[in-house]
Amino acid sequence: MWIMAFRIAVRALGRNKLRSFLTMMGIIIGVGAVIAMVAIGEGAKALVRQQIASLGTNLLVILPGTVTVGGARTGAGGRQSLVDSDAKAVMSEIPVVTAASPVLRQVQQAIAGDQNWATSVQGVAPEFQQIRNWQVQEGRFISQADVDSTAKVALIGQTVAYNLFGDDDPLDNIIRIKKIPFRIIGVLGAKGQTGHGTDQDDVVMVPYTTMQKRIMGVTYVQQIIVSAVSADKTQEAKDQITLLLRQRHKIRPGADDDFNIRNLSDIAEAASNSATVMAVLLGSIASVSLLVGGIGIMNIMLVSVTERTREIGIRMAVGARSRDIMLQFIVEAVVMAAIGGALGILVGIGSSNMIQRIMEWPVLVRPDIVIIALLVSGGVGIFFGFYPAQKAAHLDPIDALRYE
Amino acid sequence: MAFDGTAGLHFSDSSSGPSRLRSDSGTEVIRIHDLHKVYKMGDIEVEALCGINVTIQRGEFVAVMGASGSGKSTFMNIVGCLDRPTSGAYFLEGQDVSALSSDEWAHIRNRKIGFVFQGFNLLSRTSAVENVELPMMYNGLHGKERRERALEVLTLVGLEDRLHHMPNQLSGGQQQRVAIARSLVNRPALILADEPTGNLDTKTSAEIMELFQNLNAKEGITIVLVTHETDIAKYAQRQILFRDGLIISDSKKEEKLQG
Ligand SMILES: Nc1ncnc2c1ncn2[C@@H]1O[C@H](COP(=O)(O)OP(=O)(O)OP(=O)(O)O)[C@@H](O)[C@H]1O
Ligand SMILES: [Mg+2]
Repeated sequence: MWIMAFRIAVRALGRNKLRSFLTMMGIIIGVGAVIAMVAIGEGAKALVRQQIASLGTNLLVILPGTVTVGGARTGAGGRQSLVDSDAKAVMSEIPVVTAASPVLRQVQQAIAGDQNWATSVQGVAPEFQQIRNWQVQEGRFISQADVDSTAKVALIGQTVAYNLFGDDDPLDNIIRIKKIPFRIIGVLGAKGQTGHGTDQDDVVMVPYTTMQKRIMGVTYVQQIIVSAVSADKTQEAKDQITLLLRQRHKIRPGADDDFNIRNLSDIAEAASNSATVMAVLLGSIASVSLLVGGIGIMNIMLVSVTERTREIGIRMAVGARSRDIMLQFIVEAVVMAAIGGALGILVGIGSSNMIQRIMEWPVLVRPDIVIIALLVSGGVGIFFGFYPAQKAAHLDPIDALRYE
Repeated sequence: MAFDGTAGLHFSDSSSGPSRLRSDSGTEVIRIHDLHKVYKMGDIEVEALCGINVTIQRGEFVAVMGASGSGKSTFMNIVGCLDRPTSGAYFLEGQDVSALSSDEWAHIRNRKIGFVFQGFNLLSRTSAVENVELPMMYNGLHGKERRERALEVLTLVGLEDRLHHMPNQLSGGQQQRVAIARSLVNRPALILADEPTGNLDTKTSAEIMELFQNLNAKEGITIVLVTHETDIAKYAQRQILFRDGLIISDSKKEEKLQG
C-alpha cells in the first residue's frame, strides 16, 4: 500500500519535473538556510569556547573598583586601589589560589635599530607565564630577580619580533621603549587572536616593577590575574579573595568593595550563551523560509488536486477508498518535501563550507540539526499536504468523474 | 478488421457453453424496490427517479434507454454504488447496500462492479496495461499477479499488441476496449456502461457492442448499458425504457431467453 502510494507519488512528481523542483525550492532554501545559519552560530560558539578555554577557565581577574564622580561612574578599573602586595597576599594566603600576577598595560612605541612599532607593553610577574599558560619559544621568561631589581629586560611576542627584526634572531638585541633600552631575554610563543580580534602576539612583556617605575611612573597595578587550583574552585577563590582584599583595604562592613573580581568561567558561559541565542535566532529566522516552503507545497498540492480531479474520480470508481486517495496525496507532499529537505541539506552543508572558506568564519554543521531538518521537512510535507489530501479524499466520485 | 473479442483466451468456465443458461437459475444480481432520487438545488427540488422497481438476473444483458434527462445516469450511479438514493431499497447480489459505509462501497465498486464510461476515463500518460491494473492496486494483488491478470483481459478485448501504448496513442475504440478490460479485471458481478459508444463512430460502436455481446454470451457477465440508439440497444436481450424518472417499459427478447 505504502510502496504503491510512493510509486504513484514519484511518477506524478516526475511528470511535472520543473514544477516539482520549483515547489521544492522553498524547502531547499529553508532547510539550507537553517543548516547554514545554525552552522554559523555553532561555529561562533565553538570559537568563543575555544578562546576562553585557551585563557584558562580557572582564571580570575581582579580589577580596581569604579569611582563615582558627581554621579557618573567610571568603568571598572577607574580606581587605583590595587597594589602588588595584594597579589602576593592573595597567592600566599589563599590555598585554592595557585598563582597571582599583577598586570599593567600601556601602548608604547618600541624601537629597534631603524625599525619602530607601536605595541602593547605589559608589566607582569613570573607567575604570569603559568597563569596564562604561555610558552616561551626562545630564551626565558621574566624571573623574580628581574622583578626585584626592576631589570630592563623584555620578552617580545611573535608579531613584534617579525615587525622589528624580520627574520633575524631578536635574542639579546636591544629595544627602546620611552628611550629606555631593554635587553630581549626571550621570544614568546604564538597565541593568536582573542575573541574580539585583538592580536595577542602584538605584545612586549617586562617585569611589572620596571613597568611601574620606569615606564608608567605609578605605584598601583591595573589588575591582578589569579589562577585557581581548578575550574570548579573559582567561586571559592573569588569569595576568599573578596574577604582578604576587604580586610587589606580596610573596608568597613556594609561598604562597597573597591575592587571587582571577574570569573572567566562565568564569562565563558555568558559568551557561549549569547552565541547560542544567536544560533537560535538565526535558526528561527531561517525556519520562516521553511514555513514559506511548506505553504508553497500546499499551494501546488491544491493545484494538483484540482488538475487531477478526474483521476481521483476514476480511482474512486475502480475502488479506491478515501484513505487511499488521502495517502496518495500526503505521500506525494512528503516525498516532495523530503527530496527538498535532502537537497536543502546538501545546499546547507555546501554553503556552510563556502562561508567558512570565503568569509573565513568558522562553521560547525551539527548532525542532529541535519536529522531534525530532514524530519521537519517531512513533517512540513505531512502538515501542508494534509489539507489538499483531505480535499481530494472527500471529493464526490460522480462530481470528480464529470469534472472537465 | 474482423473482430472476435473472445479469441484466444477464455475465462475458465466459458468452455462449458453459453453461460446465459445460468441466468435461468434465478440468481438476482440487482433487486431495486421503489427507488427515489431527489436532487436539491437551493429551493428547487428535481425528482430524477420517482419509484423505480427492477430486478436483473445473473447473465442478463440489459439496455437502458430513454430521453435525455429521464434519469438513466442517475439510476446507473446508484446501481454502481457511486451515489445514494433518497429512498428505496437496493440489493446487490442479495446484500442491502444502502446500509454500507463509503469504504464498503469502495470495496463493492472494486470487486463487484466494472464501469465503462462514455468518455473512456482512462488515466492519461499511463499505459494501457497500467490502466487495466489500476483496480487491482486497491485490492492488494501483487505485481506479478496483477500483470498476468491485466494481460489476460487485454487479450480478451483484442489489445494484446497495444499493452504499452498511452491513451493518446490509441483510437477511441481501442481506448474503450482498454476501459472494458479494466472493468473486467477484478471479475465483477456486473458491468455498468453509460453510453459506452456515445463518442464512437458507427463501425467502432458495432465492434464494441460485439465485444460486450461476446463477454455476455461466452463469459456470462451481467451487463447494464445505457444508450440512446435503438441499433445499439438491439445487441441486448432486454430493454428498459425510462421516462421522467420512471420505467415505462421493460421487454425481453423472448426467443433468446428461451434458447
Ligand atoms: N447533480 C445533479 N444535481 C441536480 N440535478 C441533477 C443532477 N444530476 C442529474 N440531475 C437532474 O436529474 C435528471 C436526470 O438526469 P440524468 O443525468 O440521470 O439524465 P439522463 O437520463 O442520464 O440524461 P442523458 O441521456 O442526457 O445523459 C435531470 O433533470 C437532471 O437535470
Ligand atoms: Mg446520462
